[in-house]
Amino acid sequence: MDIRIDQLSMVFDKTTAVREMTTTIQDGELVSLLGPSGCGKSTTLMLLSGLYKPTSGTIYFGDKDVTKLDAQKRGIGMVFQNYALYPHLSVLKNIMFPLKMQKVPKKEAEIRAKEMADLVQIGHLLDRKPGQLSGGQQQRVAIARALVKKPNVLLLDEPLSNLDARLRLEMREEIRRIQQEIGITAIFVTHDQEEALSISDRVMLMKDGIIQQESAPQNMYKKPENEFVASFLGNPPINLMTITKSKVADSYRLEDMDQTINLPALPPTELQTVRLGIRAEDLYISEDNPIFHGKIIHIETIGRDTLIRMQVGGITVRALVDPNQQLQIGDIHGLGVHPESIHYFHREHGKRLPLQKRGGMRHAKAHVEEHA
Amino acid sequence: MQKPTWKSTLKGYLYLLPALLILIVFSIYPIIKSFLMSFYTDYDFFNDTVNAYGFENFTKLFQDPNFITALKNTGIFVIGVVPLSIIISLAIAVLLNSKIKLSGFFRTIYFLPFVTSVVAVAIVWSWIFHSDYGLLNYALGLFGIDPINWLTNPTYAMPALIILSIWKGLGFNIIIFLAGLQNIGNQYYLAAKVDGASAWYRFKHITLPLLSPTMFFVSIISIINAFKVFDEIFALFNGRPGPANSALTVVYYVYQKFYEEWEFGLASAAAFVLFIIIFLFTIIQLIVGKKFVHYN
Repeated sequence: MDIRIDQLSMVFDKTTAVREMTTTIQDGELVSLLGPSGCGKSTTLMLLSGLYKPTSGTIYFGDKDVTKLDAQKRGIGMVFQNYALYPHLSVLKNIMFPLKMQKVPKKEAEIRAKEMADLVQIGHLLDRKPGQLSGGQQQRVAIARALVKKPNVLLLDEPLSNLDARLRLEMREEIRRIQQEIGITAIFVTHDQEEALSISDRVMLMKDGIIQQESAPQNMYKKPENEFVASFLGNPPINLMTITKSKVADSYRLEDMDQTINLPALPPTELQTVRLGIRAEDLYISEDNPIFHGKIIHIETIGRDTLIRMQVGGITVRALVDPNQQLQIGDIHGLGVHPESIHYFHREHGKRLPLQKRGGMRHAKAHVEEHA
Repeated sequence: MQKPTWKSTLKGYLYLLPALLILIVFSIYPIIKSFLMSFYTDYDFFNDTVNAYGFENFTKLFQDPNFITALKNTGIFVIGVVPLSIIISLAIAVLLNSKIKLSGFFRTIYFLPFVTSVVAVAIVWSWIFHSDYGLLNYALGLFGIDPINWLTNPTYAMPALIILSIWKGLGFNIIIFLAGLQNIGNQYYLAAKVDGASAWYRFKHITLPLLSPTMFFVSIISIINAFKVFDEIFALFNGRPGPANSALTVVYYVYQKFYEEWEFGLASAAAFVLFIIIFLFTIIQLIVGKKFVHYN
């Protein structure tokens, strides 16, 4: 069943949490709503659940307009951030609760609850109280309870944020497995980009109640549609800087410094200043054809990565470099980049500027091959 | 943790001393003394000499029709006050806990009776209950009910006392219930709503079980307090236990025997009987509570 959202808005007192959102979620898809806190992602989920009613706009489940329907009539299963398992009921009774509400005969309810418990692998814990379970187990119970009534849609509100790092990894794979085993449409709210990028078919990145970009995870990372998307995704964060056109052709001046840089693949040039984004992993040490020079002010090695911070004029640039390279704090080096890895954004509205190929990659190409 | 040494233990006791001293002088010593006094059968209180000990006080007590009346009245009072008070205060607490305007103001209003002196409250209520000019009779008159002699008719004295006591106790119970309600996370209600639980069902199957520790506490305190009722009677009926002993309770009986008739042995024996009754009730509640109270 597809979910169609049309011009959906939600206004609380004075703040607009969701602003004229229009999108479609395909049947059987796992979609992440991603964004910083206060971006409206949880509100969107609440609107889909029916626990909130929108100020304006429509929600369709399939062909049916469910905008005015209460939560229980929408056929949704919901997993809450802190699981919301009833502490006074056993695991089995927790899972049976939705069926009891639907007046399913007790015997059948028990059989279905046990099946569901087996699916999420907690069949051996049925008599326990939630307080006696670990975080991961509680999470599984919450998923079982949400799925036991065979809902059309599964909504998950930050389901992994209460788990420790290792469990989180395990549970997100579990959620993916269960979702695909049942083939249910699932919507997953998270503020953790790694979570969103790793398990979803599609990511919707929100800010200020507006979807900034919706696309497959890799696509969003590789081709951010605006500066916010570029800055939100990626760890270490993307390097952002402002450049101004200088008198020489193809040559730009970095803000706060006197170095000029050559940019081979240029955005449309009627703009005097543009914003530039380069991911840390796209930069590499290069003395022959650097796009700029700087002094290393910090080196840290975490596992297989070596991250350096370099002072370039008035800004600090982060680069993930080859760990075998001998680098020292205080050294002056050049940084090179594959021209196609540079993202350009409009200075005012932050929209992505399409690349304009002129002569192409005459600078950095040799180094890329060498580097690889 | 360090192991306790003699020095550290002594130091600990030193800190406890001020509180202990007050407790021993004003609580523990009187308890023991009154327990012993209940066995004084021949006592010369001018010289503080006891000539004979025995169980006579207890047999005398149960042969005294007034004591039997007092026991009966206390029982009626407890049954009349405790359940109603809990139900009403829970209902008000649930209302106050929902998002309504001026809820802070209402909380104060409901809490006022609790902090107001019993005597002041009783005087106001004795006017409300007044047979000719009272507000209550006026209100009943609107429904065509004839004026009732609340405070002078033995049939209505106990109901009047019960009404006053329920009202007086509301504030405390409401505050405790509110604290309990605010401890219940909203997520349980959201989860239940998604599953289609009605408001009444949510109250019965989420609020009540999760509130059970609070409920347990409130009911124990309320029952003990109700068994000890005295001030309200004294103030409401001008220092008499109601018309024709209709509001004579066990504590009032103890007061009469002790201060009015100087029957110290008898008074102590009655107090001891009351202690046993409260003790039994509390034990029963603890046993029942084990089954129904859910601690997280």
